Amino acid sequence: MRRLLLRAVGAVRGVPLLRAGPGSPGECFPPAPPQPLRRSGRPFTRVCPSPGPVPHPVLPAGTARLSHSDPRGWDGHTGEEEEEEEEEGWHQLYPSHIPTSPLQKALLAAGSAVMALYDPYRHDMVAVLGETTGCLALPNLRDKMKHHPEGYRILQERPCIRLSTLDMSRLRGLPDGSLGREYVRFLEDNKVSPDTRMPPKFVDDEELAYVIQRYREVHDLMHTLLGMPTNMLGEVVVKWFEAVQTGLPMCVLGAAFGPVRLSARKLQVLATELVPWAIRSGLNASCVLNVYYEQRWEQPVESLREEIGIFPPPAVRV
Amino acid sequence: MAAVRLCRCRCRALLSRVRGAPRALRGLAAGPEMHFGFQSVTEEERREKIYQVFESVAKKYDVMNDSMTLGIHRVWKDILVHKMNPSPGTLLLDVAGGTGDIAFRFINYVRAVRERQLQRKLKHHQNLSWQEIFENYQEDKSDSLGDSQVVVCDINREMLKVGKQKAQHLGYSEGLSWVLGNAEELPFDDDMFDVYTIAFGIRNVTRIDLALEEAYRVLKPGGRFLCLEFSHVSNPLLSRLYDLYSFQVIPVLGEVIAGDWKSYQYLVESIRRFPPQEELKAMIEDAGFFKVDYENLNFGIVAIHSGFKL
Repeated sequence: MRRLLLRAVGAVRGVPLLRAGPGSPGECFPPAPPQPLRRSGRPFTRVCPSPGPVPHPVLPAGTARLSHSDPRGWDGHTGEEEEEEEEEGWHQLYPSHIPTSPLQKALLAAGSAVMALYDPYRHDMVAVLGETTGCLALPNLRDKMKHHPEGYRILQERPCIRLSTLDMSRLRGLPDGSLGREYVRFLEDNKVSPDTRMPPKFVDDEELAYVIQRYREVHDLMHTLLGMPTNMLGEVVVKWFEAVQTGLPMCVLGAAFGPVRLSARKLQVLATELVPWAIRSGLNASCVLNVYYEQRWEQPVESLREEIGIFPPPAVRV
Repeated sequence: MAAVRLCRCRCRALLSRVRGAPRALRGLAAGPEMHFGFQSVTEEERREKIYQVFESVAKKYDVMNDSMTLGIHRVWKDILVHKMNPSPGTLLLDVAGGTGDIAFRFINYVRAVRERQLQRKLKHHQNLSWQEIFENYQEDKSDSLGDSQVVVCDINREMLKVGKQKAQHLGYSEGLSWVLGNAEELPFDDDMFDVYTIAFGIRNVTRIDLALEEAYRVLKPGGRFLCLEFSHVSNPLLSRLYDLYSFQVIPVLGEVIAGDWKSYQYLVESIRRFPPQEELKAMIEDAGFFKVDYENLNFGIVAIHSGFKL
């Protein structure tokens, strides 16, 4: 019940204030364009797109100096190019995108980490932390997906798991033990919905934004595959698994700091049985983002576990 | 090469004008183009957007104020009320007063002044009997405000709701009224109030000139207009630091604390779009006020404008 409330809050928070942009951010990403959209201008150049005499924001000239060099290497713009990009306007690469400067990302990362620890029910802060710290891990994940046939198809077709795209009645009708049936059972038992995920906001690359959205959507399926409920202990176990699998700093931090709020008994179970199993499974398993789950609803969970390489969960009460 | 780039610029500008055209046509019907932060919108759209901004920030409004200004906003509001120097019996209209900060400070100030008045009165009556002193205390206790009243008016229901809850929580019961109303069209009669204040609200009004005219209308002759608002910093170094802080830190604070980046982005943009001190002074004079003056606080980050209806 609490989780439903929290995720409802998350959903409200996830909805942007101003719906002026095309499409709602709760919508799925469109299938990949032939050339993925990359940052092409300074993201912190916020200029009104109208042709009126609008004053440019008094961009502190010191900002360029304050930002450390960007791995993508678009420092060193000439004056001419800068002028052109300022005229191009605000670079919103996808409907929920908010362009941010490196300084803002650093502040967001620090602030969201503190807030997530202070109030673990702020799921939107965990999401923001993941987005702002994932600049190295996300390209790795994307490349892993690109070099795998099924992952490549996912990157092209960009499926998304939403209540509107799922046929819940069909999934409920599937035999017990199949992925679809167990997934729906998981959603109903824990009273959660796939629609309450925060859309990505601070990722400055459209494809990587899709990758992180896919990771969030697959998180619930991880719960199903690992057999973990959505209480604190179950979430920590899933975070350990995801940390090994994806290398996202947010997962690593969550795995390391999550146990702080657990009781001694649960900590013992975690340390002796669950974490070693999660790490072993994570290392043994192939990349979980390379599985086209939407085409495997009928597959039994056991068989999918074997295929991916996840060991059967230990027989403890979580 | 430069010519190609220039050509591309022009094409893009043309394209954006073409895209903007249908909205401009709509604008002809819906009203003139206005600014919402750095965006360009119609009057109606602006009102709606601003309503939505405050609806969504209402619950976290006070927390965000404290964290954005590091608590300094409390000092600014204190200075405003001290400048007002209300005496007991003053009728104050606090417009855009949402969460009640100015109203509560007004009540505290008037209570303090009233207490000092009563103490002075009692000192002069040294040779009263115990019975008379007791009766004095009784009638004065029920008159701690000395007939002062504050009417808090706000266009946004959520902000008023938060304000009422705060009043209950802090124990303010008498002398307060909460009214839902638009600063451009106040639901009050002419010549009613002694003081009119608008703290950090006039920036969000769509037609500032109308709000100033309404302020003139509802004030009694001899009444005072006071406006506390973010203004322009002239010192260049401080201005750069202030911009850096505004654009880089404040939206981040909004996202982390309130889960709402866009409202706080709007906030910092709207501050940049607001007329500077001299321009606002001229607008206030145009509305009919006399002896209009302003006082910069913190080098112009905030300014208090004051005017009298004579």
